[in-house]
Amino acid sequence: MAAERMTISQFLANRRGRRRPDTSDLLTYLYLTIGTILMFGPVLWLVASSFKTQAGLVKYPPPLLPYQQVQVEVAGFDKMLPLYEVTLEDGTTQEMAQIRRVGIEARMIDPANPDAGETKVNIRQRTPVEEVKLAWENYLDPLIELDNFDFFTYLKNSIIVTSVATAITLVINSMAAFALSKYQFKGRDAIFVLFISTLMIPITVILVPVFLVITSIGWKNNLWGVIIPGAATPTGIFLLRQYMLTIPDELLDAARIDGASEWHIYWRIILPLARPALAVLAIFSVMWRWNDFLWPLIVLSQNDYFTLQVGLNAFQGELQIQWHYVLAMTVVTLLPITLVFAILQRFITTGIATTGMK
Amino acid sequence: MRLLSILDPLTRPILLLLVTVVDRVLTPIQRRIGIDKMGYFFVLPNLLIFGIFVLFPMLLNFYYAMTGGTKLFPEDRPFIGLGNFDNLFDCGDFLSPNSCQEDLFWRGIFNTIQFVIFQVSGIVLFSLITALVLNRKIVARGFFRSVFFYPVLLSPVVVALIWKWVLQHEGVLNAIVEIFGGESTRWLLDPNWALFWVVFVSVWALMGFYTLILLAGLQSIPPELYEASSIDGANNWQDFRFVTMPLLMPTMFVVLVLALIRAVQMFDQIYVLTGGGPGTRTQLLVQYIYTTGFASQIQLFGLSAAASMVLGITLLILTLLQLRLGNQSSLA
Amino acid sequence: MRKILALLVILTLLISALPGLSQDMVELRIRWYNDGNEGEVLRDLLDRYEMENPGISIEIDTVPYSAILENLPLDLAAGEGPDMARVTDLGGLAEYYLDMTPYLSDPAYWEDNFGPFLNWKRLPGDMSSIPGFMTQLTITGPFINRTLFEQAGVDVPSDMSDQVTWDEWAAASVAVAEALEIPYPMAMDRSGHRFAGPAISSGAMYFDDMGHPTVMDEGFRDMAERFVNWHLDGTMHPEMWPLSEGYAGANEEFANAELVFYMSGSWQVGQFSEQIGDAFDWQTVPNPCGPGGCTGMPGGAALVGIASTEHPEEVAAVMEYLASQEVLGEFAARTLFIPAHAGLSASGVDFDTDLQLAKDSLGVFVGQVGTLEQTAFDLQAYGNNRTVFNASRDRLTQAMVGELTLDEAIARIQDDIDTALAEQG
Repeated sequence: MAAERMTISQFLANRRGRRRPDTSDLLTYLYLTIGTILMFGPVLWLVASSFKTQAGLVKYPPPLLPYQQVQVEVAGFDKMLPLYEVTLEDGTTQEMAQIRRVGIEARMIDPANPDAGETKVNIRQRTPVEEVKLAWENYLDPLIELDNFDFFTYLKNSIIVTSVATAITLVINSMAAFALSKYQFKGRDAIFVLFISTLMIPITVILVPVFLVITSIGWKNNLWGVIIPGAATPTGIFLLRQYMLTIPDELLDAARIDGASEWHIYWRIILPLARPALAVLAIFSVMWRWNDFLWPLIVLSQNDYFTLQVGLNAFQGELQIQWHYVLAMTVVTLLPITLVFAILQRFITTGIATTGMK
Repeated sequence: MRLLSILDPLTRPILLLLVTVVDRVLTPIQRRIGIDKMGYFFVLPNLLIFGIFVLFPMLLNFYYAMTGGTKLFPEDRPFIGLGNFDNLFDCGDFLSPNSCQEDLFWRGIFNTIQFVIFQVSGIVLFSLITALVLNRKIVARGFFRSVFFYPVLLSPVVVALIWKWVLQHEGVLNAIVEIFGGESTRWLLDPNWALFWVVFVSVWALMGFYTLILLAGLQSIPPELYEASSIDGANNWQDFRFVTMPLLMPTMFVVLVLALIRAVQMFDQIYVLTGGGPGTRTQLLVQYIYTTGFASQIQLFGLSAAASMVLGITLLILTLLQLRLGNQSSLA
Repeated sequence: MRKILALLVILTLLISALPGLSQDMVELRIRWYNDGNEGEVLRDLLDRYEMENPGISIEIDTVPYSAILENLPLDLAAGEGPDMARVTDLGGLAEYYLDMTPYLSDPAYWEDNFGPFLNWKRLPGDMSSIPGFMTQLTITGPFINRTLFEQAGVDVPSDMSDQVTWDEWAAASVAVAEALEIPYPMAMDRSGHRFAGPAISSGAMYFDDMGHPTVMDEGFRDMAERFVNWHLDGTMHPEMWPLSEGYAGANEEFANAELVFYMSGSWQVGQFSEQIGDAFDWQTVPNPCGPGGCTGMPGGAALVGIASTEHPEEVAAVMEYLASQEVLGEFAARTLFIPAHAGLSASGVDFDTDLQLAKDSLGVFVGQVGTLEQTAFDLQAYGNNRTVFNASRDRLTQAMVGELTLDEAIARIQDDIDTALAEQG
């Protein structure tokens, strides 16, 4: 008990440097290993599953890798025949191709020696011979084959929505944050509280009224209808304002003495100084917009305007979910954001850390 | 960044033009109204969008809450005053949902309270532990930091799909359990397991973000303080208890507030993962509002709006309370 | 940062100049959802039509099914609907449908061939409008894994009698499952529509004398009780109903031969052909019997014209093409859908599959049309039926997990229906 208490307390207090490896290090790496498996495992499983065929997806226990049954060509048959490993009556096993199955009896043939004729085998005596084979068609069908799934249009729309919305969000949120942190005007605090108090209201609960507003403006099936309503983010204003409060007023005053206009101050002084906070907001905005589903689905009902998230959900039917496509296309939507993250990883994590949400 | 500079000849003039035009327009205005009133100008674009797409819909929602019927346009709907609220609060006993007219509303409330308590404590606990671990001298810290952050990037729908795929009865988790000799379990069917997984999955998806914030808090604690306390003969536990925790408190407060907000809003992830089941065990208030007003054949916009008003007012009080508390703690 | 911003500003400027659609041809839009390959087949058929009619272009907007249920009604109410849509809430949206009668060259063809199904898409009291046609007729019914019966040495009840009760099927399925140590004897899709067939068979009336929907009768209670108990004692797959929001199926379990008896419907045939093929003998059996008959539920999706369209003549022309016996026959053959068309029913459809199991199964379903009870048709034709179905589904689920007693659950179903209908006025 005492020893245990010791390790835990060592662990709690331990900081970087000045120590030799001990139990608490062991605990640390154990935690990190389990954490890595937990965090990445499910995602990798998704990727692995996305390469399975429709039949492969419903198998249980689920095989780790995408297996498909081996098909062989046998002289005298037009079609490829599925290959099985058969336990014969004398207890030996042999690989045989199945011609057809009637009830619980399969008629099999030896592919190496088709002239030997058919053998009747109880289906419990045979197991499929499988090989690892990636079902690329899960990816290729939606990208190329399916006429009603216009991947590249959706991709284009997603990119437009994400980038334009992020640009607008950054500009107007930083302007508002600038006003709320650096000016004294009547109603300032009221406006701030108004912004912040909506921080907690999820759009889900006011879907219908916002929908009405959008249709009366005529933004139904218009990308602006997706972009604009979410641009005034309370989170962004909060984050930027907190950061801008730390910029000394003297800097601004000095610029004013030099004759700089307020806009100039915003553009040339505030924006560059608020870069870390802007970067964090940019990352969040990209994330939100790229992943947004509920709202775009309400605004957009025509193919030409679909974003990826809306398009990929079209594989969810009334009575069937086409899992093989859903999984593959989910992986495709994950790719860009993973890639961006992998490249900017250091920048992002330290960015959030250093803005510190003071 | 370097890649983008190829575009400089193209972007720079346009941007310069834009900025100069804005400046030209603004300078005379600034001269007339004075510096401080320029604040109005800067806050205007945001305020406009906010007014049209957030504030106005909320007022509209308020009106919806006072109307009945199933018509979409407010002018077609009969005004019924507080009728919808009467229905919501029509209860034999407020602690027993089955005695209420709108039993699902009350189940939603109780489930939300439970979920929020478990989820927020889960997030605080695990992001604290993770931050402490990442703050140690470890190899590949950047890598591990990213590992824990990665799920934050995923959309709620994708998160739910991933875990649904893992947790289903024919899924990989049961396959693993069986390998180790356990019995496969219907993870999302047992009421208590379902609540556990709903909480677990949302902690999984969100904790990376809070970990980073806490990590920043930990790293901003000056090392001299620990040296001083070790001179005083403090052991590690006392270090943690009397140095780390007090200095981490403001950061913890931010984490708590943000986590709370997210928890109350939680919707799509749970909707896709369990659909609110088993039964209504994981059906939260937001789902009730969504289903009643949107996902039913006969859409009861009024009742749904009334429920969202109840949610909104509760949240507003909570937020203002937190702002006040937050101000006090940042003063302290 | 600034460079990124600049780039984004340019992008913003570019999209504000997004090109509009060229207006020299009539463009029609179909709001559509997919369960399988039907969208691709439709596209193919429409491509042919566009070739012959260069003045018309038809766009298919494929959305998730949830958007057909939840977003489409909002769009329609707000006047933002498409020109045509594939819908399943046939009666509930009837007020928005286009009556194509004045634009059709041969309205009699529609009456003759789609007659029995047209009233599913009409408002109460409307006896004449022609809003569209069924893309498929579905019939609910059970599938069995015959191979499992053979392996277990248990006789298939329907081989021996034309009138098998639910209890007999349950006993046989449990016997098979126990003999082979299979986890699930039976399963039923999570849907109030699926439940309605067995309920009517056991005597549920679903409507009172005034035509108001009711579930407060012995027949409904009888089946509900049996059904809830089967979930509790493991006769029925215990995961599907309690777990999900909305619809859930047991395709995985059935395809893995872990399920003996699966109450679903004709739309599964295409899926099973893909997922199972001929790995075992899957077979459709007639709906089990009770005091109220041996009925399943009819159902299906319809393609309808929307009244707010600016091009009613073109909509009618396209519909006429798609509904013609030849084209609809090809559509049915390639999608493995059962057509709701008198001419095709008479001539039969040569379904486009090599799999004898699939052909046989579709044959049994087609044969089931004659055994459906009138109540089943009435319920399907009733505009607010989804309110009844969803309340049954959700409240019975609560009874299974113990949140409500059976009688409380039934009272709540009735209450939910009454509240919603009263609100609708």
